[in-house]
Amino acid sequence: MANQSEVIDRLRTTFRSGVTIPEEFRLNQLQKLLSLVEENEQLILDALHKDLHKPKFESVMSEIQITLNDLYFAIDNLRTWMQPEYNIGKNLATKMDECFIRREPLGVILIIGAWNYPLHLILLPLVAAIAAGNCAVLKPSEICQATEKVLAELIPKYLSQDCYAVVCGGAEDTKSLLKNKFDHIFYTGSQAVARSILLAAAPHLTPVTLELGGKSPCFIYGHIDIQKAARRLCWSKFFNTGQSCVAPDYVLCTVETRDALLPALKETLLSFYGPDPGASADMGRIVTPRHWKRLADMLGKSQGTVVIGGESREEDRYFAPTVLVDVPESDSLMQEEIFGPILPILTIESLEEGIEYINRQEKPLALYVFSDESSVVNTVLNQTSSGGFCGNDGIVHMALPGLPFGGVGASGMGSYHGRWGFETFSHRRSCMKRSWLLEKVNVLRYPPYSEYSLGWLRWATTFKKGSWGSCTVM
Amino acid sequence: MSKEHLVVERARKAFQTGKSKPLEFRVNQLKNLRRFINESRKDIADACKKDLNKSGNCTELFETLGIDGEINIAVKRLSEWAAPRPVEKSLLTISDEVFLQPEPLGVVLIIGAWNYPWAVTLQPLVGAIAAGNAAVVKPSEVSSHSAKLMEKLLPLYLDEELYPVVCGGVSETQELLRQRFDHVFYTGNSTVGKLVMEAAARHLTPVTLELGGKSPCYIDKNVDLRVACRRITWGKFVNCGQTCIAPDYILCEPSIQNRLVEEIQKCITEFYPDNPKTFEDYGRVINQHHFQRLMSLLEGSTVAIGGESDESLCYIAPTVLKDVRGDSKLMQEEIFGPLLPIVTISGVEEAIRFINEREKPLALYVFSQDRKLIMRMIAETSSGALVANDCLVHFTVSALPFGGVGNSGMGRYHGQHSFDQLSHLRACLIKKLNMEAANAMRYPPHTDKKLAWARIFFLTQVNIDRLRRMAMLAMFTSLAAFIVQRILRQR
Repeated sequence: MANQSEVIDRLRTTFRSGVTIPEEFRLNQLQKLLSLVEENEQLILDALHKDLHKPKFESVMSEIQITLNDLYFAIDNLRTWMQPEYNIGKNLATKMDECFIRREPLGVILIIGAWNYPLHLILLPLVAAIAAGNCAVLKPSEICQATEKVLAELIPKYLSQDCYAVVCGGAEDTKSLLKNKFDHIFYTGSQAVARSILLAAAPHLTPVTLELGGKSPCFIYGHIDIQKAARRLCWSKFFNTGQSCVAPDYVLCTVETRDALLPALKETLLSFYGPDPGASADMGRIVTPRHWKRLADMLGKSQGTVVIGGESREEDRYFAPTVLVDVPESDSLMQEEIFGPILPILTIESLEEGIEYINRQEKPLALYVFSDESSVVNTVLNQTSSGGFCGNDGIVHMALPGLPFGGVGASGMGSYHGRWGFETFSHRRSCMKRSWLLEKVNVLRYPPYSEYSLGWLRWATTFKKGSWGSCTVM
Repeated sequence: MSKEHLVVERARKAFQTGKSKPLEFRVNQLKNLRRFINESRKDIADACKKDLNKSGNCTELFETLGIDGEINIAVKRLSEWAAPRPVEKSLLTISDEVFLQPEPLGVVLIIGAWNYPWAVTLQPLVGAIAAGNAAVVKPSEVSSHSAKLMEKLLPLYLDEELYPVVCGGVSETQELLRQRFDHVFYTGNSTVGKLVMEAAARHLTPVTLELGGKSPCYIDKNVDLRVACRRITWGKFVNCGQTCIAPDYILCEPSIQNRLVEEIQKCITEFYPDNPKTFEDYGRVINQHHFQRLMSLLEGSTVAIGGESDESLCYIAPTVLKDVRGDSKLMQEEIFGPLLPIVTISGVEEAIRFINEREKPLALYVFSQDRKLIMRMIAETSSGALVANDCLVHFTVSALPFGGVGNSGMGRYHGQHSFDQLSHLRACLIKKLNMEAANAMRYPPHTDKKLAWARIFFLTQVNIDRLRRMAMLAMFTSLAAFIVQRILRQR
């Protein structure tokens, strides 16, 4: 593998030359990335199937289409995003001046991908990095070897090799990569690794975006069409075999709701995957034997009762869509993010009980509420916190480029998608061009200070109380 | 269990009761803070005088007016800032609610600095309160009189549990940093900034670091030197040069160096009659340690103005040094004192190179009457902020985000930026359980036909615009064709 420092130096030199700054260059590279995805769809689909046994539908929607959407969005809006912001309120003494905020590139970005959506978790941040005028080092997850290989081949083929590089390798390679200085690090993955990334970034004062995870709770409460709720819940839970950072991790509902939910879930799963999900082309697999074992252990230690599924096969890492009831808070399934096709149902007696439970845990990446009653939805929304929130569906909130996608607390920091990614990889530089005129007004601020001049300045302050601008006058 | 741990626990419990969430509560606390400033003006001025020899008028101008301004904006606009913010929708979410919900983070730690002990500690507090958080305030122990006053008086005006003031030195700060916060807001130097970030890393806590650096000041040779020097002299020697955004050093062509020195001398004489040492409005270096640090920076450089000092008073005269070299002691660290080096360069090209060889500064100043030159500086350098033809004043425009980049910091504040920095903007999508037929195409078993429909329907807003444009084009074309046809028929 080419020397990491050499690669980064090359990118930094290119960045310093200013070539990534002009709009035409950025658009050009985004168009090329678009071609990369459009022209190699089958290749990508094959790699994803090899790595994760992803059903074609899932690969297309959650990897290809979401990337294409973000690219179209960026290409169409880049000019607007790049415009300096002029609508800045000013105060009395700065009325004659030009104030604006520019979005400027940071430099060389490091993007570390994850294995569950190995394509879009690398490409969506890359779209934002390119749009914001940066260079980027991509470090795809080594767990998805076929996809890693495809990225390593295609990126240099389509994009400028002086601006964007793919670095492959395992944990040791990532560690050594992190010894270098970057202008921003974008990481998707686990909390444990996130800590070491922050510790590596601190000596360089590098800002970091962390897209982590957590246990995303799902309330099903109050008056609800249980059939529809069950379908949407099953779809979001078992998409990518439950290996989504925003998958509903567990359900909170009353006993009555649970009793209505279970037959609806059974029926839905039957309609989705047929009587034997292991034979369905639409059912994925667990990514590695190690993760399969983790899930099998978790399930084995659980005190809950399996009411749906429970079967699994080590040879092909198959795990049936599984639902458990009577799961206590202390259960093995409730100690860490499940990240698999196992759905525990916890019963609560009241909404407050459920909210209290959620608030005792770490802030999740997503929070779901299924209910026809808007008061229920609003109560949960107002009394909890999470990265994102979706009422009456799962996952889909992350497909809207208008919404920032990111966590809070233990589920992460920072956000991206659409314009949010552009802002993440930009520096908002405040610019002010003072007029040479009004030097007489400036006299008020120079020493020797006097009550007289202070009086005038305070008058300006009170006068300006009604405006958007600051109330201090220098 | 340490005192610091207990204070943070108490703040967290207070936050968890939800009392800091209602807007009325927040506005009330902000108004109390404003009342505190108004009723304690004299005490605050006394404390600043003892800490930094700031005159009363100076304290007003640079400390309390700013806090007042931030409070006024927050009180006026809080309901707008805290309201749900709608965002663009896609075809399938047209009937859904899609918005951002601003939410408090929880318990924020605010670590203040000593140079503007009130402004840089309380302005972030305004943001924290406005955003609905609890906040532990740790003023700098170096400006000890201000810290003690804050500790004594703030609890008399603000909710003691939600906004405790914790005083202490390095070990108390370290103990605080061992606790878990939901955000840490630090103003100070990069060395400590790195340690703060490391400490926060253990809890995965996001940080805002308002650091510093060497803010360059480029002076074009064709500029009105008289006015330029007034603004630069003012910007540099305010607070005895101890301002994070003070012009650190000057870059200019050798041909104007002497005139520059002359003009600056005139300004010093005008600003601090008859002698800065005895003049009320000229500050002092904060302590012996910094005094000695500054004096040692002078080694090897030629004094053109000033240079006098009095260790017993921590006094250093407004000092200008000429023909300073890039590798001199003065150019190795942020000066943060009343020493103004002039480094000569051959022109704007060399100036840009000089600036880009160094870490990104918190502020960059350009004095020029040539608009093209200013735009070139903007385009070819990076810094927290850039001000053309003046110094420091961008700090007062609260609509401008105030913060650094690279070594000069991360994050930003002032006005609404403070509110946003200390909030979580939660992405919300509220759907209904109708339009289920449309959803059918996404459920297994998957077919190529369903996939084709799904691809169309999950288009984003952008593609809808495209379709709309295409539809408009089709409509106009057919309309045009129709009109042409009618004209032809009439012939």
